[in-house]
Amino acid sequence: MMSSWLKNWFQSQKQTRKFHPFWIVLVVMATLAVGGVVWVATYLFKVEEVPAVPAVASSAMPGEAGAQTGNLPATDKPAPLSVEHGGDFSPPDPEDIPEGEFGDVIRLGKNIFTDTQTYASAYVGNGLNCVNCHLDAGRKPDSAPLWASFGMFPAYRDKNKQVNSYEDRLAGCFRFSMNGKAPPLGGKEMIALTSYSYWLAKGAPIGVALKGRGYPELKQPALAPDEVRGKGVFEANCAICHGADGQGTLVKGRYAFPPLWGGQSFNAGAGMSKINNAAGFIQANMPLGQGGSLNLQDAWDVAKFMTSHGRPADPRLAKK
Amino acid sequence: MFHRKSTCFEPRQRYADTVRLLALTALAVFANGWASHASADKLAGGVLAQKGGAGITACLACHGANGEGQAAAGFPRLAGQHQAYLVKQLQAFANGKRKNAQMEPIASALSAQQINDVAEYYASLPGWKSDANPIASSPQAALGFKLATSGNWSKGMPACFACHGASGAGIAPHFPSLSGQISSYTRAQLKAWQAGTRDNDPQGLMKSVAIKMSDEEIAAVSLYLENPALNGKVK
Repeated sequence: MMSSWLKNWFQSQKQTRKFHPFWIVLVVMATLAVGGVVWVATYLFKVEEVPAVPAVASSAMPGEAGAQTGNLPATDKPAPLSVEHGGDFSPPDPEDIPEGEFGDVIRLGKNIFTDTQTYASAYVGNGLNCVNCHLDAGRKPDSAPLWASFGMFPAYRDKNKQVNSYEDRLAGCFRFSMNGKAPPLGGKEMIALTSYSYWLAKGAPIGVALKGRGYPELKQPALAPDEVRGKGVFEANCAICHGADGQGTLVKGRYAFPPLWGGQSFNAGAGMSKINNAAGFIQANMPLGQGGSLNLQDAWDVAKFMTSHGRPADPRLAKK
Repeated sequence: MFHRKSTCFEPRQRYADTVRLLALTALAVFANGWASHASADKLAGGVLAQKGGAGITACLACHGANGEGQAAAGFPRLAGQHQAYLVKQLQAFANGKRKNAQMEPIASALSAQQINDVAEYYASLPGWKSDANPIASSPQAALGFKLATSGNWSKGMPACFACHGASGAGIAPHFPSLSGQISSYTRAQLKAWQAGTRDNDPQGLMKSVAIKMSDEEIAAVSLYLENPALNGKVK
C-alpha cells in the first residue's frame, strides 16, 4: 500500500535525520495535486459566476424588482402619521457655518456627526457613524433631524424614567445606537455636537414638534409584518449595499455602507432596533435616493426581517 | 496515516513536523497564486488592450495608451476601474443591455475569458491621483464639490460619494470609481440615465438620482469628478 510505504519512509527519515531528495518529489506532487483541485474548483465557480452578473442587471430592469416584491412605487405610498404642529423648517446650509471660534466648534460637531469613527472613536463601540441614521448630516426631515430634536429638550423620557437634557439625549445615542459609552457631559464632543445642533435649529421654535421630526409613524400594514417576506424585500432592495448578510460593506477598514445587525451594529436598546422606528425610517429614506419607493407592507416586512436578527444586548439589561 | 507512538517533544519528530508544516504552507501559497492566475489573466488582457485580436479593436485606440480615456471624444477612463464593474459593462454591451455603437461589436467578439482578462488589466492600471492639476475655484467647482460630497437633499438627491465611496474611489462590485473620469463621459452618462437610454443600473439607483439633477448640476458635478479635491476643499 502507498500509505504504509509512505509511513515507513517517514519512520526512516526520523531515524536518519538526513535530507532525502524524495522530500522535493513529495512537495511538488502534493502542490500539483492540491493546486489542480483548487484550479478545477475555481474554474467551476467562475463558470457559474459570470452569468450571475447579467442576472443582477436584469432584476434591476424597471418594474421587475417591484413585481418581485410587490413594490408599487408612488401608487401605494403611505402618508406619514406623525403629529405635526409646526410648519416646515429649513435648517441652514453647512456652507454658512460662521468663521471664528464658535464656527470651529460647530464644524467639529458636524465632523463628529458625519465621521464619528474618526472624531469620537473613544466613545463608539461599533462600526457606525451618527449620519447613518440621521441622513444629510442630521438635516434631512423624517430622518430624525437634529434641528427638530434640539428644541424638544429638556423632556421626560420613559427610556430612563427621568427628565433628560439635550446632552443626556445625545448620551443615549452613544450608549445604544453607537453601542459605546457617552462622552463626558460638558466635554469637547458634547459641546461640539450641541453647538452643531443649536446652529442647525437656529430660528426654530422651542417646544414645538416640527414637521419631519423623528421618523414617520407608519400606518399598520394589511398583514402582520413577516420576516420571510421581509427577506425577499431585503434581497431585492437592500442587499446591494448592506450585503446579503446585512453586515454592510467595508472599504479600507471603514463601513461604506453600515451593518444592520450583528456585533458592529446598534444594540438592542437603540431606537432603530424597534420595528416601528425601523419601518418609518426605511419607508421614508431607503434605498438611498429612492425614499418612499417601498410600499407600506414591504417597509414593515423588511423592518421585521432586520429587527429579528441578533445584535449587541441592551446595556440596561446587562447591568443587572 | 502519520501517527507515531513517540511523544511530541522528541527532537526528530519536531523536525519532521516543521518540514511538513513548511510543505503545507508552500503548497497553500502555490495553490492560491495558481488559482487567482487562472481566473483572470492580466497579461493576456494587456496584450488584447494594446494589440486587439480577431475582430477586436485594440482598446487603447480609443481609451488611451494607459487607459486614461480621451476627453475630446468622450471615451471614458478605464485605468483603475473595478474589475467586476468593467466585466458587467462589457457583458451588458455584448447582450444589448447597454447600448453603444462602438462597444457592442467589440464586446460581442470577446470571450468570457477575454472579458475577465481585459477587465483585470484595466483594473490593475493606476487610477486617478489627487495631485494632478487641481481645478480652479469657481461657483461651478463649488457646486460640483457640494453635490459630490453632500448631495442636494432638498431634491432627495444623495451625495455621489455616499454610494461611490470616499473621494469617488468606487465600491466594488456595483458602484464604479468616478474620480478622474473624463467629464464629457460622465455628463453624457448622467444625461443617458435621465433620458432612459442607459438603464443597466442595479435597482434603478442611478436613474433615480439622475432624474433629479438639473443641467447645471450635471455639468458642475461632471467637471468636479474629473479632478476631485481630496481634502474637502476646492482650490
